[in-house]
Amino acid sequence: MSVLDSKVPEGPIKDKWTTYKDNINLVNPANKRNIDIIVVGTGLAGGSAAATLAEQGYNVKAFCYQDSPRRAHSIAAQGGINAAKNYMGDGDSNYRLFYDTVKGGDYRSREANVHRLAEVSGNIIDQCVAQGVPFARDYGGLLDNRSFGGVLVSRTFYAKGQTGQQLLLGAYSAMNRQIARGKIEMFNRHEMLDVVKVDGKARGIIARNLISGEIERHSAHAVVIATGGYGNVYFLSTNAMGSNATAAWKIHKKGAYFANPCYTQIHPTCIPRSGDYQSKLTLMSESLRNDGRIWVPANIEDSKAIQQGKLKPTEIAEENRDYYLERKYPAFGNLVPRDVASRAAKELCDAGYGVNATGEAVYLDFAAAIERYGNEQAKIHGHHNPSKEKITALGEGVIEEKYGNLFQMYEKIAAENPYKTPMMIYPATHYTMGGVWVDYNLMTTVPGLYCIGEANFSDHGANRLGASALMQGLADGYFVLPYTIGDYLSDDIRTGKIATDTPEFDAVEKEVTDRINFFVNNKGTKSVDHFHKRLGKVMWDKVGMARNEKGLKEAMAEIKAIREEFWKEVKVPGDANEMNPELEKAGRVADFLELGELFAKDALDRNESCGGHYREESVVKEGEQKGEALRNDKDYAYVSAWEYKGEPSDAILHKEELEFKDIELKQRSYK
Amino acid sequence: MNLTLKIWRQKGPQEKGKLVDYKVNDISEHMSFLEMMDVLNEQLINTEEEPVAFDHDCREGICGMCSMYINGEAHGPDKGITTCQLHMRSFKDGDTIYIEPFRAAAFPVIKDLVVDRTSFDRIQQSGGFISVNTSGNTQDANALPISKHAADEAMDAATCIGCGACVATCKNSSAMLFVGAKVSQYALLPQGKVEAADRVMNMVHQMDIEGFGNCTNTGACEIECPKGISLENIARMNREYLKASLKG
Repeated sequence: MSVLDSKVPEGPIKDKWTTYKDNINLVNPANKRNIDIIVVGTGLAGGSAAATLAEQGYNVKAFCYQDSPRRAHSIAAQGGINAAKNYMGDGDSNYRLFYDTVKGGDYRSREANVHRLAEVSGNIIDQCVAQGVPFARDYGGLLDNRSFGGVLVSRTFYAKGQTGQQLLLGAYSAMNRQIARGKIEMFNRHEMLDVVKVDGKARGIIARNLISGEIERHSAHAVVIATGGYGNVYFLSTNAMGSNATAAWKIHKKGAYFANPCYTQIHPTCIPRSGDYQSKLTLMSESLRNDGRIWVPANIEDSKAIQQGKLKPTEIAEENRDYYLERKYPAFGNLVPRDVASRAAKELCDAGYGVNATGEAVYLDFAAAIERYGNEQAKIHGHHNPSKEKITALGEGVIEEKYGNLFQMYEKIAAENPYKTPMMIYPATHYTMGGVWVDYNLMTTVPGLYCIGEANFSDHGANRLGASALMQGLADGYFVLPYTIGDYLSDDIRTGKIATDTPEFDAVEKEVTDRINFFVNNKGTKSVDHFHKRLGKVMWDKVGMARNEKGLKEAMAEIKAIREEFWKEVKVPGDANEMNPELEKAGRVADFLELGELFAKDALDRNESCGGHYREESVVKEGEQKGEALRNDKDYAYVSAWEYKGEPSDAILHKEELEFKDIELKQRSYK
Repeated sequence: MNLTLKIWRQKGPQEKGKLVDYKVNDISEHMSFLEMMDVLNEQLINTEEEPVAFDHDCREGICGMCSMYINGEAHGPDKGITTCQLHMRSFKDGDTIYIEPFRAAAFPVIKDLVVDRTSFDRIQQSGGFISVNTSGNTQDANALPISKHAADEAMDAATCIGCGACVATCKNSSAMLFVGAKVSQYALLPQGKVEAADRVMNMVHQMDIEGFGNCTNTGACEIECPKGISLENIARMNREYLKASLKG
């Protein structure tokens, strides 16, 4: 029997959030001044939460490992943010946004949370505009929207290809206003290394000053974790180099359950790896698939020749190309969801049809779009019998207007001109839907410990739709947590300041310093990156886009072996009492080496294919859908929440059964 | 390719620094500059030396964390990119590359190539915001139409990533391009006009307190800015400042 209580309010789904807000306990403004809150992470979720909590009157301490809160990786989000404003008059509504998100998540998210997300989505846009976020506008001066994958309406607001940056700078400006007022105390270049519990409640953290190496104690009445996802468990991902799971993993080890670690989004349109030295992968917005056609050579000999540099893609005739998404999925073609596009690319590359020297790439070709747009432009501008060159030039102009910054970015990295030769793309780890389990209040299984944004699990189910990550981060931080946390803190108005000179803080600080001292004194033989790369390879090969029982069992054993070797052989140069990037990495990789094993264990337990999680054992066996992912609602319509019990392989599974009262469960089809 | 690197090494803020020579071999032209630095650091770790500390995070040119003054240029030889987007194909076999931190009185060195840019944060805290509560009780986003032209211009100013290349490049270590960009973003939008006068006065005041120099219109900042922030923003800030000063 599960011990999980999601605390979802009673009543019809449309009224839950309103009823909830009407009935929770509030903290009066005078008492808020006596309450401290720690927020770890300053991305969209953490930044907006810190600003709002400070504005409400709480004393906030905010932490980030970067040199400024403005640099959190939310800044790299390109495409946009969804909101059910229905400004386009195309029939959008809160219900539709809710429905699309639950369906897109392959029916593995919690209905009540998603509906609340949709309800507050419109407010996010109002808020951001008031803050001076320069969203794109039309000539009438009103906000412009665009369409994104997996939905039938235009509800995505954007600021060129830098929406994440502009929203984060908005949250950063709101934080700055509160820092100037003294309501937020900001700790840049600080990393949270553990949480401190007093009488079972989260009451503080141990953090390391990354400049001086000093270990610090910080107390509070509640702790909020907003530290993003764990995609870097794969070593190569679109995450920032410093993105890590340490805060999330440390709270897991202190009692917070970790939910659905196997749900990972592998994004199909990233710039491929070029060699073993590669440190990260760069995402290209999926909007490119609107005009690009994806293909590999139809003959394996041509692929071989390309891999050896003897043949160019433009030399392959039309009939010798396999536009495999258009062939396999005639209805959606190149616009199938991210997971489907990613798996199809991997299958062909595994079979030897890949391009690039590594054989791990497919083409994304704009030649047809350039010709189509060129002809259209020629007609519009009254060119009769235009030359082929003229058409190409006109078409390239249209493509440049739509995707200019992406083409330029590609050219800088790959040193090839994508107007003249097809782009090469390959899937890469991008986002993790799994994360720390939270209830409707966004509280973890530890009282007073909250988790928001990508770091928690709740809203995206097994797969996230485009432009929904920014929405969730800001919804949690601006409009959800500031309400829900008050209900908990109303019990703390008489508590007074939490002391840090207590046995509880002593004990956790000792754990932290012991581990740091171990690293700098270990004098092993191999660098931290050596182990991280090996972990990444196991994760990618056996817990990547397609998973099976045998591979997952092997992965668990291999990760355990790498972890054991890591603790014997890791080499960390330098001292503990100084800026030491290798020491920072060592702590993060040590945690990834545990998380990776739980990830594989979770994937092994879930013997169904859903969203980003594809089990080779759970596919449609015959008919038109043969080989496609097969979800199993009878046995797996639950959230897997893992309780820490020492070794990751010993973790205990708790199930939160998912109920779908407002949406009928359907199998996805893109044929 | 094989390269000689002359890298600024400095143990801490109070210590004396110096250029130290390193050799790296078999560097692929497809590597990014920071991946070349990763190779060097792996080499240093394996030979029991301390790796070079440098700031970096997103490695896709948007977070603004990476810095480095490479062969006398902020973010190195190419235009319109950050150091993390610089690739080794911009160099050739046998080259000697000088790698130094961003230098300015207001950006003290923390260690090796890492500098302290919190002065930028403090300038933003002095007025780089619109004083609106995050209560969600704002008016509808479309209640206030904003001309596409103004919105686009504000967006161009807002793309500043706060890396500090403008300061490092400027012979006066001036932060006018950075401050001008933020002042402009809000001055161009109706939401920002209410507090425009206070904002520009406070931000310029804070900029002076931090020890940034003055602008003498050489325009080097604009050339080295990875995001192409225009000098027009400095002119706009000066106009705003003059207007605000006259009002008193």
